[in-house]
Amino acid sequence: MARATRPIPELYEAARAGERRALGRLLTKVERGGAEADQISELAHPDAGNAHIVGITGAPGAGKSTLVSRLVTDLVAAGRRPAVLAVDPSSPLTGGAILGDRIRIDEGNDPGEGRRSFIRSMATRGHSGGLALAVPLAVRLFDAVGYDPVIIETVGVGQVEVDVVGAADTAVVVMTPGMGDAVQANKAGLLEVADLFVVNKADRPGADDVRRDLSLMLDLSHMTGQESDTGYRPPIVMASALNGDGHGDVWTAVDAHLAHLDDTDTRSARRRHRIRTEVRARLLQAMSDAADHEMSSPSGTEWLSKAERAEIAPTHATDQLLEQLLQPTEETS
Amino acid sequence: MTAPTSSDSGRPDNPEYAAWRERYDEANLRDKPFETMSGVPVEPIYGDGPYPGEYPYTRGVYPTMYRSRLWTMRMFAGFGTAEDTNARFKDILRNGGTGLSTAFDMPTLMGRDSDSPWALGEVGHCGVAVDTLADMRDLFADIDLSAVSTSMTINGPAAVILAMYIAVAEENGVTPDQLAGTIQADIFKEYQAQKEYIYPPRPSVRIITDMIRYTTAEMPRWHPLSISGYHIREAGSTAAQELAFTLANGFAYVEAATAAGVDVDEFAGRLSFFFNSHSDFFEEIGKFRAARRIWARWMKERYGAKAERSMLCRFHTQTAGVSLTAQQPEINIARVAIQALAGALGGTQSLHTDSYDEALALPTEKAARIALRTQQIVAHETGAADVIDPLGGAPYVEWMTDEMERQAEAIFAHLDDIGNGSILEGVYAGIDNGYFVGEIADAAYRFEREVNAGHRIIVGVNDFTDGDDGEQHILRIGPEAEEYQRKRLADVKQARDDAAVAASLAAVTTAAEDPEANLMPPIIEAVKTYATLEEVVMAMEKVFGTYVEKAVL
Amino acid sequence: MSQDGQIRIILAKLGLDGHDRGIKVVARILRDAGMEVIYLGLRQTTDSIIAAAEQEDADAIGLSMHNASHMTLAPAMVKAVAEAELDTPVIVGGIIPDEDLQPLRDAGVAVVLGPGASAEEVAQAVRDAVASV
Repeated sequence: MARATRPIPELYEAARAGERRALGRLLTKVERGGAEADQISELAHPDAGNAHIVGITGAPGAGKSTLVSRLVTDLVAAGRRPAVLAVDPSSPLTGGAILGDRIRIDEGNDPGEGRRSFIRSMATRGHSGGLALAVPLAVRLFDAVGYDPVIIETVGVGQVEVDVVGAADTAVVVMTPGMGDAVQANKAGLLEVADLFVVNKADRPGADDVRRDLSLMLDLSHMTGQESDTGYRPPIVMASALNGDGHGDVWTAVDAHLAHLDDTDTRSARRRHRIRTEVRARLLQAMSDAADHEMSSPSGTEWLSKAERAEIAPTHATDQLLEQLLQPTEETS
Repeated sequence: MTAPTSSDSGRPDNPEYAAWRERYDEANLRDKPFETMSGVPVEPIYGDGPYPGEYPYTRGVYPTMYRSRLWTMRMFAGFGTAEDTNARFKDILRNGGTGLSTAFDMPTLMGRDSDSPWALGEVGHCGVAVDTLADMRDLFADIDLSAVSTSMTINGPAAVILAMYIAVAEENGVTPDQLAGTIQADIFKEYQAQKEYIYPPRPSVRIITDMIRYTTAEMPRWHPLSISGYHIREAGSTAAQELAFTLANGFAYVEAATAAGVDVDEFAGRLSFFFNSHSDFFEEIGKFRAARRIWARWMKERYGAKAERSMLCRFHTQTAGVSLTAQQPEINIARVAIQALAGALGGTQSLHTDSYDEALALPTEKAARIALRTQQIVAHETGAADVIDPLGGAPYVEWMTDEMERQAEAIFAHLDDIGNGSILEGVYAGIDNGYFVGEIADAAYRFEREVNAGHRIIVGVNDFTDGDDGEQHILRIGPEAEEYQRKRLADVKQARDDAAVAASLAAVTTAAEDPEANLMPPIIEAVKTYATLEEVVMAMEKVFGTYVEKAVL
Repeated sequence: MSQDGQIRIILAKLGLDGHDRGIKVVARILRDAGMEVIYLGLRQTTDSIIAAAEQEDADAIGLSMHNASHMTLAPAMVKAVAEAELDTPVIVGGIIPDEDLQPLRDAGVAVVLGPGASAEEVAQAVRDAVASV
């Protein structure tokens, strides 16, 4: 690449000093993973830990982007520096993606003020494992260079997306009338992770039905472990992002949830959970990489082809590969 | 099916035919022999009823169609300053024309003044720039507005432009009830296809219903709405989508206006439509025929229209700009001819034929003349205008008409469903959830992929590419119009009474806040103080907000 | 471009021109060619495009122009990129007469795609423009 490259520490300092271009470049490296991403993680670690991390998810068409746009506008007006990480699925076939969320989110930016907000689109790039690694790192980077809150927006469809949002300090689940959302969300496991529900497009017929369904589901105590532990019951906020009703209430409820975490001393528990999730994801990724590596090693290929020729059982080949994997030799290092 | 006969004496027992024949015989016909080039006399119509001018009007909205009057050859063009366009208008009137078509430049269409940063490089390019009443006065200087019919192609800021037109007329002693013409004002297709919107859909429809209420009460000769599928098709829709989205938009306006208390028969007769004529000849003809049948049935059965005029789908047609190729541009003349013939055989009331060089830029004078000559050949040399609905009764054409109708009805059913029994709500929902833009983008992409894969041949583009001499004659608009217009606007702003402007704009905002108020009177007052187009637009935007499209790809 | 070959391109309509059929088709073509398309849509300014290019670390900026305003707006975009100290190539597609091709290139536009470019040509032009930086 002929493209001008600066060393990572230099980029990091520039990003800390407010250079958006440098932060943009660092986020690309974070997304790419590998040694450079690890280096950024190490650099950001001491400076991070201040931002309120908010996950927002919901079915496609629930109006998340419009809601986020409203929230960003309000946060900028209130003097905050919000960052948004908008995660969109990639095509599993080509790895390509169309990231269109900026259209609405960018409304919140104020060009006159040197843009206090920062919005970054991230594609899942076909492998959800990469997302589980890249998102926590990107969030740490935003946090370290001074953005607060950091909002992660995902389409609540896959397990990883749900996990990512569930690992936030405050997880917001957005629903709309007439889409059978409550049932879908229940299936996807979103109800368990939600700290706050937003019924968007609340001016539509059926909004009250959604509220009632949610209420009913929350009444079943097994839906939320929190309620038994700390007495916290996720509130349901009615909003219409399009005409601007209720988004103030949404952020009030998000703040209230943060206060609740602080009051009950559970924010650190969230953080511990988040770190555990991240470490586990990285371990799984490392093991997966090691497994791929092992399978393509000379002896791995040999065991594999024996299994393929049905000379040995697949279980036998696996045992052999696992043995090599677990005892470090020159071959796997 | 009755066999065609050489005279009506063969069908004396058919009361349907007799009833139509009576209306036909009473009508004035063009003074020419209706016979073939070789001298064979031809009947006004062949085949079965329902006959033209009879419900559901599949075969034509009038009993005599082109035997009485050819379609209007309406050529829409324009650029530069109001004075340039005024000179062209006078030229048209001197040559016996009575219809003036006004094209506005992009800033005007978007409700922006010529001095807006958004207007940079766009002033006077694709039409005339109108910032204030002064420009509208220049545009129609020395023209008797009570004696012409003016068509204005503008949507988002239509109410402000109409107000300026009314104000200029008043200065010349012409009252609103004497004004004849059409303003496009079709905002739904802006969200669906053309993307020249300002406010969100609901306040935009409120402005349109205010215009309908105002014109219904004050301007009986005015057509307050031209419901346009043209741009939907240009954006990449299929023929059936163009048909269905356009008519659904029409139903939605009818629901909005009746909900605002206007009786359907008081305004529906003044609605008109605007369709695209593309290259698939029989599909287009089927589409036009289906449009008439569907509109008539829905107006009668669903909306309870009683007046015949309310049921007539009268439409303007323009050949498909999107079909014009930049490669070997001369061959576009053949495309336009075929599309124009489809429009005529489909029973259009007026027709604009595109110039062959329009794929690249504004048409040159020569190309525009060839385009007009093309439809004159269709009208006068082909015999297509001598027999009404000459393809009616042909199995393929009847099947295609039915098929277009079937596809359209499926789309209406979907909109009715997502609108909980209201097409208006269905159209709102379809705009909000990206249904329309998504369907159009899917269709456009499918077409492009077929062309790209060679499954669909576009002559000169992906096959038969020899012969492109690369010669292009491009008409360019210099920066002079932009400079002139900015200075003109500065002078008008300098000379006006700022306090009066501010007060009149405040009145517009107040009216916007009151859903019961009609916006037209305060807008008319505001433009009289020389409040600019953008100022009036912004006075409403304070209340209505802006619209930002959701990305649907 | 990132080392994994994943190209991130911004697609936008600059100014008032609302013709978005072409840019939406191009967005899909590039997605199907494996790129990440950051679609900004209609009514963008050079400022809003630069802001997005910085935040998204875009490898290229693609503009679609159908309004004869390309001779004003495309050079303005190139200038804005330079002023923001970015090296992002600007690619222009749409209704561009042949005689404007060279002036646009002279003004710093990396690639000009005329009407009728095939899907492969569009994707390859983007790859070439990105690789040339």
